[in-house]
Amino acid sequence: MDSGRVIITSYGINRPGVVSKISTILAEANCDIQDITQKILQEFFTMIMIVDISNSPLSFKELHDRLANAAEEMNIKIMIQHEDVFKSMHRI
Amino acid sequence: MPYEFEEILETIRMTQVEHFDIRTVTLGINLRDCADRDVNVICQKVYDKITRVAKNHVKIAEDIERRFGISIANKRIAVTPVSIPFDNLKKDEFIKIAETMDKAAEAVGVDYIGGFGALVQKGFTKGEKELILAIPEALANTKRVCSSVNVASTKAGINIDAINLMSHQIKETARLTAKDGSIGCAKLVVFCNVPEDNPFVAGAFHGVSEAEASINVGISGPGVVLQAIREAGRVDLGQLAEVIKKTAFKITRAGELIGRKVAELLGVEFGIVDISLAPTPAEGDSVADILEAMGLQSVGAPGTTAALAMLNDSVKKGGLMASSSVGGLSGAFIPVSEDAGMIRAVQKGHLSIEKLEAMTSVCSVGLDMIAIPGDTPEETIAGIIADECAIGVINDKTTAVRIIPAYGKKVGDIVEYGGLLGSAPIMPVRNLSSKEFVLRGGRIPAPVRSLTN
Repeated sequence: MDSGRVIITSYGINRPGVVSKISTILAEANCDIQDITQKILQEFFTMIMIVDISNSPLSFKELHDRLANAAEEMNIKIMIQHEDVFKSMHRI
Repeated sequence: MPYEFEEILETIRMTQVEHFDIRTVTLGINLRDCADRDVNVICQKVYDKITRVAKNHVKIAEDIERRFGISIANKRIAVTPVSIPFDNLKKDEFIKIAETMDKAAEAVGVDYIGGFGALVQKGFTKGEKELILAIPEALANTKRVCSSVNVASTKAGINIDAINLMSHQIKETARLTAKDGSIGCAKLVVFCNVPEDNPFVAGAFHGVSEAEASINVGISGPGVVLQAIREAGRVDLGQLAEVIKKTAFKITRAGELIGRKVAELLGVEFGIVDISLAPTPAEGDSVADILEAMGLQSVGAPGTTAALAMLNDSVKKGGLMASSSVGGLSGAFIPVSEDAGMIRAVQKGHLSIEKLEAMTSVCSVGLDMIAIPGDTPEETIAGIIADECAIGVINDKTTAVRIIPAYGKKVGDIVEYGGLLGSAPIMPVRNLSSKEFVLRGGRIPAPVRSLTN
């Protein structure tokens, strides 16, 4: 019953290469980015991606850890959460 | 995008900033198949069963935590009230079982295990009496074991004999755990109309009508409700109730999702989601703060009971819409030591035991984590428990007392427990005797409303 999709939310101080870094990690892990939306307010950015991870050879934890490392490197926040939590909280 | 930008950020904000977490994922385990004549055999069976069923409990809960990005604060275990399968045992043997439960809980990595208890609202069996006699030493000798005893119900009335015995045991537990601020009493609850699927310790146990094993989930979101109320600004109370309801809906849905996933992976039944607003001592995670955000100068001010009633009811309505599996206690908790706002109100003299008692008539639990002077007579404690039971019995609701007559402490002292148990200022108790009343003993008969058939 899992959709196999996750929502990746990142935010922090905007800098060149943020989108590229995250999308490279996802591409290397064979994850399919299905949607991206981004907002920039002065120097801050927030980016939300919907990503299908069902064909990824990585476990959720491995993907989580790779993104966590990248977040630390770029000094931003990256959250990866299964889509179901948003579905259950915001859809009846 | 199938979700609005704001919806996603709202969830992130709730979990990252406003302390929304799953307070507890509690695995209930039936122990009725562990009976034997020999206590050593029982202990082996109990240990084996708990460690077998709960082997992956913590690991699975942690995986789910990561997958959904929602923290699960506690992973716990509840077992069948121990007096039921092992009614043939004596006091010392029950203490051995408590020690076994403690070891099993440690082995599977959980901090508390509930169920060292009995249901004696109508009377005691021999085993139940022995178990109650064992409680002080059982709690003093263990770290993780929690005990609860149900002494009253709308159907059976109030067992004053049981209340008297429990009051004595509460004092004894306080004495035996004196060096740790009488912490044993923080692990001991006296209930009226106890729910059998409550996931929150110290009152959690695996009810006799439950399945072989089940997962019950307790959510916790005072911070989220507080933020929603602050954002709503100056709206009338009807509109404020709507805001609370919508928030409760969202957190209940997340709670149920997580409970169902953990249950699925563990291969046990999903029981209920308990939609209680359970505070922690962390700043901004307080039920008292919510009542103050609703407009009261301090919790304890006239209007507190009305505000709490509305809060409690709105939480329930939102939760009921969100899930068909709402159960347990499901309401607002008002523990003193575990809520920074409540502690503040007590220290400033804004909140008395009497006001707390009034508040318990509209909230989900009762007098919870209240420290009183160590020399409070046990008959006075019995009077306090009897009052709470009366509120529960007459209003057909759960009430409970988790009171700490802190050994050697007096009004003005503070007992520090740390962690989720927080710190408890010693509250004054009225110096009027209840002795001649409670020592009459016997049972207060079931009220008229017990005859609902």
